Amino acid sequence: MTARWRWIPSLAWRESRTARRRLLLYMSSISLGVGALVAIDSIADNVSAAVRLQSRSVMGGDVSFTSDTRYPDSLKALLDSLARTGPTMATVVTFTSMAYAPRTQITRLAQVRAVGPTYPPYGAVTSEPANLWGELQKRPAALVSPSTLISLDANVGDTLSIGFSQFIIIGTTNSVPGDPGLASAIGPRVFIAEQYVASTQLLGFGSRASFETLVRLPDGVQSPQWVEPIRARFRAANIRVRTVVQQEENMTEAISRLADFLGIVGMIALLLGGIGVASGVNAFMNRKIDTVAVLRCLGATGSQVLAIYVTQAALMGLAGAAIGAAIGVAIQFALPVALEGTLPLDVTVQIVPKAIGVGLAIGVWVALVFSLRPLLALRRVSPLQALRRDAEALEHQRRRDIPSHLVNIALVASVVVLAISRTDNWRRGILVALGIGVSLLLLWGSATLLSHLARRLVAQRLPYLLRQGVANLYRPANQTRSVILALGFGAFLVSTLYLVQANLLRQFEVSAQAARGNLVFFDVQDDQRVAIDSIVQATGEQAVSATPLVTMKLKSINGQALDVWGAAHALPRRNWAFNREYRSTYRDTVVVTEQITAGKWFGGSGTDTLSEMSLEQGLATDLAVSLGDTLTWDVQGVPVAARLTSLREVNWGRFEPNFFAVFQSKALSTAPKMFVLVAAISSDTVIARIQRNVVLRFPNASSVDLSLLRATVLEIIGRITLAVRFLALFSLAMAVPVLFSAVAATRRDRLREGVLLKTLGATRAQIGRILLAEYALLGMLGAFTGMLLSFVGAWALVTFVFDGQFSPALLPAFLIAGVMMTLAVAIGMATGREVFRETPMAALRDT
Amino acid sequence: MLVASNLQKEYPSGAGTLAVLKQVSFTIPQGSLVAIVGPSGSGKTTLLGLLAGLDVPSSGTVSLDGVELNRLTEDERARLRGEKVGFIFQTFQLIPTLTALENVQVPLELRGDFGAPERAKMLLEHVGLGDRMDHFPSQLSGGEQQRVAIARAFSNSPKILFADEPTGNLDGVTGAKIVELLESLNKSSGSTVVIVTHDLTLAERAGRIIRLRDGDIVEDRTTSATPPVPASSTAR
Repeated sequence: MTARWRWIPSLAWRESRTARRRLLLYMSSISLGVGALVAIDSIADNVSAAVRLQSRSVMGGDVSFTSDTRYPDSLKALLDSLARTGPTMATVVTFTSMAYAPRTQITRLAQVRAVGPTYPPYGAVTSEPANLWGELQKRPAALVSPSTLISLDANVGDTLSIGFSQFIIIGTTNSVPGDPGLASAIGPRVFIAEQYVASTQLLGFGSRASFETLVRLPDGVQSPQWVEPIRARFRAANIRVRTVVQQEENMTEAISRLADFLGIVGMIALLLGGIGVASGVNAFMNRKIDTVAVLRCLGATGSQVLAIYVTQAALMGLAGAAIGAAIGVAIQFALPVALEGTLPLDVTVQIVPKAIGVGLAIGVWVALVFSLRPLLALRRVSPLQALRRDAEALEHQRRRDIPSHLVNIALVASVVVLAISRTDNWRRGILVALGIGVSLLLLWGSATLLSHLARRLVAQRLPYLLRQGVANLYRPANQTRSVILALGFGAFLVSTLYLVQANLLRQFEVSAQAARGNLVFFDVQDDQRVAIDSIVQATGEQAVSATPLVTMKLKSINGQALDVWGAAHALPRRNWAFNREYRSTYRDTVVVTEQITAGKWFGGSGTDTLSEMSLEQGLATDLAVSLGDTLTWDVQGVPVAARLTSLREVNWGRFEPNFFAVFQSKALSTAPKMFVLVAAISSDTVIARIQRNVVLRFPNASSVDLSLLRATVLEIIGRITLAVRFLALFSLAMAVPVLFSAVAATRRDRLREGVLLKTLGATRAQIGRILLAEYALLGMLGAFTGMLLSFVGAWALVTFVFDGQFSPALLPAFLIAGVMMTLAVAIGMATGREVFRETPMAALRDT
Repeated sequence: MLVASNLQKEYPSGAGTLAVLKQVSFTIPQGSLVAIVGPSGSGKTTLLGLLAGLDVPSSGTVSLDGVELNRLTEDERARLRGEKVGFIFQTFQLIPTLTALENVQVPLELRGDFGAPERAKMLLEHVGLGDRMDHFPSQLSGGEQQRVAIARAFSNSPKILFADEPTGNLDGVTGAKIVELLESLNKSSGSTVVIVTHDLTLAERAGRIIRLRDGDIVEDRTTSATPPVPASSTAR
């Protein structure tokens, strides 16, 4: 450091003495953005660490083989022979069944997990009372999730009926490897030993169950290498093979995708903060012109002046970012408490120094790069300003001012680099940066337009006060651009966030609300249907619908075997649509959850001798079939051919039975089938009575009380909605310092003007009305331009990123715009309060 | 020595230009005390700005100690001010966020002097503010603020000191004390002092008066005041 720079840091610190609070307020614009980034990165890091540590116990093993049917004998033998070479094998059969507590006479649909003696191969089951897991293998005992006990109103020691067998509830499970917390929170769980499954008599024809074998490999054996030689044989038998490495990748990918999305939100918040910083520093710079002029008189060079104020900005930026990092850490610690029980693994909340460091660095950088633009102007402060106030405060900017151009380039590069680093994809990053750039340009353009319009339209016939307010929009030193930019971008951010979340949640909410019945019976055999119907009718209630289910597999298309058809149409070799087991239905009408997108519904083709069928449009694409093609199905050994005559779009989110393939009645009415019965029952006690009576007579017929499920879903939606509202409030809170900074930029001019008007006889009320007119116009344009932009932004996000259908939530968007407008007026008027307070003399002396 | 040759300063005005200074030339020897007087709008402050290198002339030259200011960049002129020029302003122009002591230190700190605090203390004691060093400008009277400004102006032992209406914001008694202080520092340091003023009584205490009207020098005369003795010593 040369001698001339020796004192600069301490001079910068001393000179900032009275301005620190104000500068910190401007810099706090970035705090919430930094907070969001630190929180997101820290939580993502904590969750990823938990995934790495716990992915084996989340999955339950190193390798998992899952099938919807029992394994063929050849594969069972293969697994047995592999087990003899070292790995430990553990089995679990999972199925849903009605669980009935005879003492309380309450029935609930539960997921039964029947475990083998070596289950789980990794991790340990914790139970209450402790160490009961081994007991399951010794006698017909059950360990249940706490939610099962609550929903059955049962106690430890009670008997539990599952199918045709009875178990003693010996305790509750706290955590079971391979059974994520969220899933067990929604659905009750019952654990029994696999050896007792047969006695329940529930796994007969048509029953749905999952057969899983978990493998624990000896130390040093890598799961991908171990599984590779046998993977093809299992896949050929429709057995899904997963390794812990895949599991880890899937989980971390999901987490990083979510973190990316939230990271973009945080980044945009930070950029909004940057705009606030730029406006605030501009205001700060205006206050410092006199001091800079004196410093220049006393021998300070342009770079010394710049260094003094850049040091101050960097220090305050660091303070603003540090406050943000503290907020981020607080959120990081608070969030797992709020989400308790919904995360699939135990997340240990730990401070992540890297996340804090990155947050601080990005925060300081954004503060600096956004401050530099206004601060560079300080180099142009004329020392003559110290001699006389009427001297032009700033010398004209040279057209080739290289530092200014460099700062502009740094600004654009910062946005692009930030966007790319946050999206982890350069193309998407550039698109996001472009989107931000275009939004800012549009806001800038609308502000310029408003300025021009105000100049053109301000007519003499307008009342004086309104004319003054409107004229403030185009006069020299107007704040039209800075306020509209800050306000519009803020409104854009808040409103986009809200619209995206509202659109995503709306789909679930609609489906939760709109189901027609509230009691659904699954797996009802043909001969049980009438009996269950009469049990329902005996209570004075009605079954709403009975939907037949026919199990089938696809056999050929247009007479070609599936592998031939797949090869001819360049379909993937392992096409899910070829291999899956379909549960289809037949009916002659379209239901409310589907919409014909191509072709005609049944009966349209007239003389066709073949039966007609309709496919879900996504499946038709995956099968490469089009209208007129003939698909032959294997319906439990009997080939059934049908012509594809329509395609449907299906709303899978609704609580209704929905199907990939729907057939004309004549095609399947004689096939072996089961039914889904839906009943609309008016009271909870009647639902309980019907469930109890049905399970006593037909233990295999599962039923679910949709009102309970609906309540659970609505509760989860409620929680997410609360989080969204918090996020929106968070963003709104962020808009306050940003707007404050934007308005502060012209505070001195407003003060001087107001005081001059007072000197000339204007009353406080008149000055108030002038300010009101100005800020109301600014607020209205900024907020509503931001709102319009948010419709475009949210539409793009919902359509292209979330693959959803966008519908503009007009009322909330207007509400947000209204709040932003009110905020702008309130902050404008609050900043203008000095005009009311100052006496004309004092102010004229000072300004 | 300060030499002004054919100084012309014009500003754009409407379609044409307005000449605020017209071909002004004079020489001020080292150690002089000179007053520039004239009515409002006569070009006094413009001339001061040009002489101090705060502004550049439209034509003509200013040379300080043989260095032609026009040939320097803005930053080089700033450095020259830091080395050789001191300022006193009508409105004191103390930096409000710094204490009296810190204000006096500023020119020394900008030059990178090691002993800035010690020299600043010595100067403040010299102007009678030894007990007010840690006060902020807002805690000082007008006279005290101007004394701090004088201490600051002399802190870098300037070759030349420019004072713009130094008594303009002070009452008569305080103004007189400030003038006495300036005179004594002028004598003891050997610095040239150029005062711009409306105050004819103050002007008469200078050794020479340059009178301006409409951008022209209409009078340049020595006065009966004792001419300052060129001193080889400096304030340091």
